[in-house]
Amino acid sequence: MFSSPPRHACPPLDTRYQVETPEGIDLQLRPAGLIPRALAFAIDLAIRGLLLGLGYLLLALLGQFGMGLASILTFLLTWWYMVLFEVLNQGRSPGKQMMGLRVIHDDGTPIGWAASLTRNLLRFVDILPFAYALGILSCLCHSSFKRLGDIAAGTLVVYRDQPPAAPQLADAAPLRAPFAMSLNEQRALLGFAERAGQLSAPRRQELAAILAEPLQVPAAEAEQRINGIARGLLGPT
Amino acid sequence: MKQSQFEQQHQAQWQAFSAQLAALHSGKASAEQARSFAADYRRLCQQLALAESRGYSSHLIEQLQQLAMAGHQQFYRHRSPIGGQLLGFVLAGFPRLVRAEWRFVLAGMLLFFGSLLGTGLLVYLNPELIYSIMASDQVAQMEQMYDPDARRLGRFGERDSGDDWLMFGFYIMNNIGIAFQTFASGLLLGLGSLFFLLFNGLTIGAVAGHLTRIGHGEPFWSFVIGHGSFELTAIALAGAAGLKLGWALLVPGRLRRGEALRLAAAKAVRLIGGVVVFLLLAAFVEAYWSSMTLVGPQVKYLVGAALWLLVLAYLLLAGRGAHAPD
Repeated sequence: MFSSPPRHACPPLDTRYQVETPEGIDLQLRPAGLIPRALAFAIDLAIRGLLLGLGYLLLALLGQFGMGLASILTFLLTWWYMVLFEVLNQGRSPGKQMMGLRVIHDDGTPIGWAASLTRNLLRFVDILPFAYALGILSCLCHSSFKRLGDIAAGTLVVYRDQPPAAPQLADAAPLRAPFAMSLNEQRALLGFAERAGQLSAPRRQELAAILAEPLQVPAAEAEQRINGIARGLLGPT
Repeated sequence: MKQSQFEQQHQAQWQAFSAQLAALHSGKASAEQARSFAADYRRLCQQLALAESRGYSSHLIEQLQQLAMAGHQQFYRHRSPIGGQLLGFVLAGFPRLVRAEWRFVLAGMLLFFGSLLGTGLLVYLNPELIYSIMASDQVAQMEQMYDPDARRLGRFGERDSGDDWLMFGFYIMNNIGIAFQTFASGLLLGLGSLFFLLFNGLTIGAVAGHLTRIGHGEPFWSFVIGHGSFELTAIALAGAAGLKLGWALLVPGRLRRGEALRLAAAKAVRLIGGVVVFLLLAAFVEAYWSSMTLVGPQVKYLVGAALWLLVLAYLLLAGRGAHAPD
């Protein structure tokens, strides 16, 4: 059991990012790609524009004192809007909040002042030479979609976890597998049984038929057999 | 152990952990909950590792991983009193950092003040040179701004008195923006910082040389000397921070470029923190002191010289004690 390969031994097909914590477990992070990040930024931009417009309208009533405040407001919204939200609201600016994203350090810990300030100041370079060209290029080339500011600050934009829905397993009498299974094989069978609800019946049959021969059953019964073995692995519920 | 047994055995603990996290998150955790959190988190990690090594289904592992992730976020929060940290940084951390990074600071200072003084001298000696650096209408505007007959000084010379607020806001917006740009553009292999340092040095030097030559020296120098101490030093330091970024990319040493950049940025951004403090001070001095015409130029020169000495002494001497003052 202890010699079985760890989970990350086979390179993952998806973009998951693994962090090993001091407690010896692997956290799985899901970095967000260009499109959701761009949308989040657009939302933030719109919110800032709106705030700025409203602020100018109100402060214009106050004369030159108001104009001074308006300058300070512009400064705060330009340079500090993202930093303040990211640090004080668990890595979520309003745009990121709406898109289900958050920023964290790339070791999985919550983002702090220094990293947030770095990534947001270096945004100035990411927008060069026009329309975020450098940032977009960097984001598309990097394996976990970091823009230049993220690389320098050591931060990562990830999806926030949604609580997983309880899977519906098909009814089947618990069975014992005809041979000893490796951990990966166990997981594959359980994964198939748990995801059955998301697959169409012909697709389920097609997938299950692959295992018909090792399980020593006709292709038509393979699905039922796999569900039975999965039940057997899970134990009585 | 079968998975369903495992789940039944620990389900209550996981729910309690979840509730504990929510309580800690909203800051309403009882003392008991807060005390047992570390142990509970470790136990959850152990259960997750067990579940993975036993090949339990991905639904269970996903669920445990999310709990562990939330626990990790809670456990490794960097929460320290920002006020005390800031005070320690201003009193000791920043000047120490400046001295530790003396190579970049020296390079930034030489580039900025060197180009400033050099251009100033050249423009003072060759009157025509100013027009190849600045447009003629800009020069005329500068001349009018620092006309010795003007009642108030500075970039808002003609407006009526009283609203120093307008200037304060403008200076904050403008100067800190320039400092941030000077720093950030250092990421372009240091070229951006180099450009902004030289560009600002050239412009300021040209204006200073020109105004001194045409006899507007007194209003100009008495205006800029006070806040210049903070403002010019801050721009040079921002440039130094940018050069550090560029240098990490050009000469990463034994590290990979990304890693070298990350380490350099962590220090450079602390320099920027100090620069922001300097520029806030500068904006304050510029708006409320430099533009005052109640006191004569002699007083301003004296105060200005004192401020320059203060900045120099602060950067060279502060925080030399063994312990950070806190």
